[in-house]
Amino acid sequence: MEALLEVKNLKKYFATPRGTLHAVDNVSFTIKKGQTLGVVGESGCGKSTLGRTILHLLEPTDGAILFEGRDITKVNKKKFHVLRQEMQMIFQDPFSSINPRMTVSGIIEEPVKIYKMKSNEKERREYVQHLMRTVGLSEDMENKYPHEMDGGRRQRIGIARALALDPKFIVCDEPVSALDVSIQAQILNLMMDLQEQMNLTFMFITHDLSVVKHISDEICVMYLGMLVEKSPSKELFKEQYHPYTKALLSAIPRPKLVQEERVILKGEISSPINVKEGCRFAPRCLYCKDKCRAETPTLEEISPGHQVACHYVKEINGLT
Amino acid sequence: MNEKLLEVKDLVIHYFTDDEEACAVNGISFDLKEQEVVGFVGETGAGKTTTALGIMGLVPAPPGKVLNGEIIFEGKDIVKLSEAELRKIRGDKITMIFQDPMTSLNPVLTVGEQIAEVILLHNKISRKEAIERAKEMLEMVGIPGERHEEYPHQFSGGMKQRVVIAIALACSPALLIADEPTTALDVTIQAQVLALMKRLKTDLKTSMIMITHDLGVVAEICDKVAIIYAGEIVEFGTLAEIFEDHRHPYTEGLFNSIPDLDVDVARLPVIKGLMPAPTNLPDGCKFYPRCPYATERCKNENPDRVTITDTHIVRCHLFRSAESIKET
Repeated sequence: MEALLEVKNLKKYFATPRGTLHAVDNVSFTIKKGQTLGVVGESGCGKSTLGRTILHLLEPTDGAILFEGRDITKVNKKKFHVLRQEMQMIFQDPFSSINPRMTVSGIIEEPVKIYKMKSNEKERREYVQHLMRTVGLSEDMENKYPHEMDGGRRQRIGIARALALDPKFIVCDEPVSALDVSIQAQILNLMMDLQEQMNLTFMFITHDLSVVKHISDEICVMYLGMLVEKSPSKELFKEQYHPYTKALLSAIPRPKLVQEERVILKGEISSPINVKEGCRFAPRCLYCKDKCRAETPTLEEISPGHQVACHYVKEINGLT
Repeated sequence: MNEKLLEVKDLVIHYFTDDEEACAVNGISFDLKEQEVVGFVGETGAGKTTTALGIMGLVPAPPGKVLNGEIIFEGKDIVKLSEAELRKIRGDKITMIFQDPMTSLNPVLTVGEQIAEVILLHNKISRKEAIERAKEMLEMVGIPGERHEEYPHQFSGGMKQRVVIAIALACSPALLIADEPTTALDVTIQAQVLALMKRLKTDLKTSMIMITHDLGVVAEICDKVAIIYAGEIVEFGTLAEIFEDHRHPYTEGLFNSIPDLDVDVARLPVIKGLMPAPTNLPDGCKFYPRCPYATERCKNENPDRVTITDTHIVRCHLFRSAESIKET
């Protein structure tokens, strides 16, 4: 399968009064056509910045982004207007990401109008109705306003709008985090169906490992702007090698009667401003040694497709 | 251990707006024993928070109104108490932790002052002593006491929630109501706060009502569970009864729709449809429009509470006829 998106050593730094904020630091990955990459991490780890930088909503500081083999890192805003048809985004909060003063059909129609996809109003209207059916919104809702709808339906509007331009690639930034569990499952199923039908490629950003498990083919775990572990989804849930991934998975409260022993991390995510050389996770790591504070580890392959950035991965996991 | 601390009987709370009546809580009854932790589980708008506000005597009126029911706390009916009497109980005997620690702290007061405020209000001690106690409370929740002179913005989300917990526990309350205390936090921080609450539960012997939509959090900390749907408790039981032997179709649906980390499935089972709006509840069983087992009877008749064991109660017609839904 060929790669749709390739990201190479991507960096996004922000200048702040206190120094340089390393939001995304040296991130590389590829997403194959029709597949889903899950990006997991806690708040402040740079996962949303990563998604936005890929879509040029933020200017990358360094590195390369290749879309269908073409370098799009330096494409200017005007030219990106064309690319944006192929690369769309679904936002976290359906309550604030859609215009409260527009009707449902107006919201979905807007991108179609801007890109002049349909020549006349009748075609446009039919297309909007088609999109609404695709995402499971009934047609009598077209003249409603977002506030008249619940979170699940609002997120469906967001999805319809992202699909309107018939994109190839969609960045989904926590699309189900604001929803109740029973609605969450409905939206996740819808997204998986759409992916199959339309051969979409997703980058799925979330803090919730249990959500990403079902939808992803591959998962990247981020910590303070860097990837610490990258693995095929199924394998990651069987075997985690990085101490942070282990803790992250162990921290999820399981709906089970018999509770397993937890790894509880001490402290909190440190500041991404003026980061020093060394492993970013070292201050919270249970296995931290001197080398971890001195040298930044890079991703190394442990088994086919499974990469970990940890100096002592073999010792910790008893691998030879 | 077996003394009843709180008894809620047939509580009905509705909100009245200009043209609608929202039936938020429709006949909730339950008991809470000393040192017990009850989990309230349900979706947004199920009436979990309104029930909690009712127990605190904090239902905003208008538009809210307690139409029926008793809330017996330590022998007194909270519904009938005056505001002055309520103020004595609130913060001292019953306290509440809110979901969002970012908005429940006062940004212009130091955290020490905010903890001391509660202590001063309910105890006859000097300000200096109160600050000392505040420092002890901070230490208890794992924040160095010397940070008492800092302001909320100097703390991270997890630490702010610890401060909120310290305020809630400052007067050693008999009952602590926690409204989604970890929802706004990251998982690793959530694990820290849950571990803290578990420790406090054993150390301080406080009873708790834990409001959450996360069954994982419930499994971690609760002794009993109330599954709430459209303002009613549809199932109530011990942790084991709810997790291993749940009988209500809604409980079943809830458990099925959680993505399980240990099982591989291609599609998640869903509860079809949405919870009915509290302004427009169906007759009969509130769950019947979404229930896969619904019959004609469910449409017309609201099921009564059926007692399965001393501790396990379910509200479903099907339970009696089919014995157990899970077998079907």
